[in-house]
Amino acid sequence: MTSPAKLFKKQSAAMARDDRHRQWVHKALSGYEVKRDEKTALFADWQAARTAAAEMKRQALSRLDELLVELETNLTARGAKVHWAADAESACRIVRDIARARNAKKIIKSKSMTTEEIHLNGALEADGVEVVESDLGEFIVQLLEQAPYHIVFPAMHLTRHEISDLFARVLGSTPTDSPEELTMIARAALRQKYVRADIGITGANFAIAETGMIAVTENEGNSRLTSALPACMITVLGIEKVLPRMEDLAVFWPMLASVGAGQLISGYNTLYGGPRQEGESDGPEEYHVVLLDNRRTALLADAEQRDLLHCIRCGGCLNVCPVYRNIGGHSYGTTYAGPIGAVLTPHMRGLDEFQHLSYASSLCGACSALCPVRIPLHHHLLHNRRNAAREHGSWIMRFAFRFHAKLSNSRLWWKLATKLGRFGQKFHWLIKGTFLDPARPWTATREPPKIARQSFKEWWRKRS
Amino acid sequence: MNDREQILSRIREALKVESPALAKQDRSAGDRSAPVRTSEEPRLAGDLGRRSTSDPRTFMPPVGASADDRLNLFQLHSKDLRTELIQAADPADAKTKLAELAAREGWKKLALHAGELVAPACEGLALTTLRTDEPYNVDDLETCDAGVSECEALIAQTGSVMVTSRTNGGRALSVLPPHHVILARRDQLVADLTDAFARLRAACGDSFPSMISFITGPSRTGDIERILVLGAHGPKKLTVILIG
Repeated sequence: MTSPAKLFKKQSAAMARDDRHRQWVHKALSGYEVKRDEKTALFADWQAARTAAAEMKRQALSRLDELLVELETNLTARGAKVHWAADAESACRIVRDIARARNAKKIIKSKSMTTEEIHLNGALEADGVEVVESDLGEFIVQLLEQAPYHIVFPAMHLTRHEISDLFARVLGSTPTDSPEELTMIARAALRQKYVRADIGITGANFAIAETGMIAVTENEGNSRLTSALPACMITVLGIEKVLPRMEDLAVFWPMLASVGAGQLISGYNTLYGGPRQEGESDGPEEYHVVLLDNRRTALLADAEQRDLLHCIRCGGCLNVCPVYRNIGGHSYGTTYAGPIGAVLTPHMRGLDEFQHLSYASSLCGACSALCPVRIPLHHHLLHNRRNAAREHGSWIMRFAFRFHAKLSNSRLWWKLATKLGRFGQKFHWLIKGTFLDPARPWTATREPPKIARQSFKEWWRKRS
Repeated sequence: MNDREQILSRIREALKVESPALAKQDRSAGDRSAPVRTSEEPRLAGDLGRRSTSDPRTFMPPVGASADDRLNLFQLHSKDLRTELIQAADPADAKTKLAELAAREGWKKLALHAGELVAPACEGLALTTLRTDEPYNVDDLETCDAGVSECEALIAQTGSVMVTSRTNGGRALSVLPPHHVILARRDQLVADLTDAFARLRAACGDSFPSMISFITGPSRTGDIERILVLGAHGPKKLTVILIG
């Protein structure tokens, strides 16, 4: 099997050469950029809001154990059943057991990156359960048997024609080039799925400890329907999502929507606290909440990078990342793509296998400057590089850097090397881009920078 | 050790090392556009759960002080969100406006719940009605042309409407029918989200409903080519009739 690094190299090289894809992503995001800047400008002080949000997250994490217990107590008091899952396998088992106990055959899901992370759909389908994604973008990529391309816009990479062809093939609909008609085809196809589903599964954006509630943000109303119609509701969420009070959402909801989608607030921000109550006419009779660790506590133990757990999954860093915009979401081969994915994945799936992502960055810092909770993302990429070199550095890398250090610390050798380089570069064209070229990864598609005809020192000497 | 104990003990072990303070992280973020933090209010350990950061009103989108400011802003957002805002002078006027809406849209079947605003407005409309605040059939609700409900608050800051499963006809009424109509009193229009939560607390005390939803505009999606389409899964149309 190819290693994730090799696969990443191959896919990203292919995508970076795909002009159509680049133009497409650029076009798809141009409207978003305008809207995002309009919305952040509506804040009395956007930078102060970022600082406050980061501080709120930091404080919540600093007493995560208390908040989780408080959340559990309050959710339980409201009739929900709280489950704890140390890893993906445990979380999938919990959900499978609930489905088995209810003899469930059909499950409707609303968008959840956490369930993508633990590959819940596959686990349920192995039991012969039909799992249908209800978010339009997720529904499209599910029909295509693809992973989401973007954590907020899952089907961003597809044109209306591709979607129309897909719907015609799978759903038997009449081809159309109207996004509205395509949306209505999906709406009609999914309506009965809600009504007939035995279980509804949602993700979560936040959890409120004090009142025992799960907060879900969405635009389509699919999550609202998922939690209104089936008799059983399950929410799977990472343990880092918990906030102390309901009022904290007055800050996070507008920030999430502004950076994530260029909206002042998303279409539906809903708090779920338990199953249907006495006197309520609808809603599930059973409500399960699965609290997932899956290496989040290991990240918490790394004080230097703990603030990665502040992430509210707005997707803003993907949108501004020049690397993401060129290589696209699928090249990463990870659940979370873009800057946050590049930093997070080595923590979740192993630094050795995923350290290459730390280099998938120009270190321009656009992600850090945008992040609504002030995660210094590009600095964490450097932290990961450092840790990878320390723990998994190859002898060749160590040798190369030791050699370079010797060379550049000696006046004599340095002078000689640059002179030789200047001379050697004259003949570089003979081997440029071939397998003999030591700088091949760079020179295969680019012109190498010319070594200056004279050094600064030589120039200075001549000048005086 | 079960998963719960395992997770909690890992967290406690991890938190023995304190995370660097935010001020330090700010410097390392290399974000020179960020202003230097000036608010140096004391952060006491015991104060963590309460309002420990400065008041959101100092940095969140502002709302004017007067009732007119609130109304203007709500109107502005509604236009942007394609929420239809209809103003009615009194309950009698609201009834007329609702009847006009029903005629314009050609409704035949209406879902609703019992309520001090809904009852007088819907009385005498020549439509089949379905109550959703008592046990009902979902397939029946699916065939309704519109759902009429009240709300807990309207929020000027964001153009949102707050509904709950306890007081506004359950969970599905506001999302299943293709058109959602909200009847609200003018005094239900609050300034911002913080005020909306205050209202919710005042109304519920310690006993919150099982669902509280902040609805902002009709259901929408941009999942196909990032082009806005209304009515993805929820209502294609949202109308607010503001009384008073």
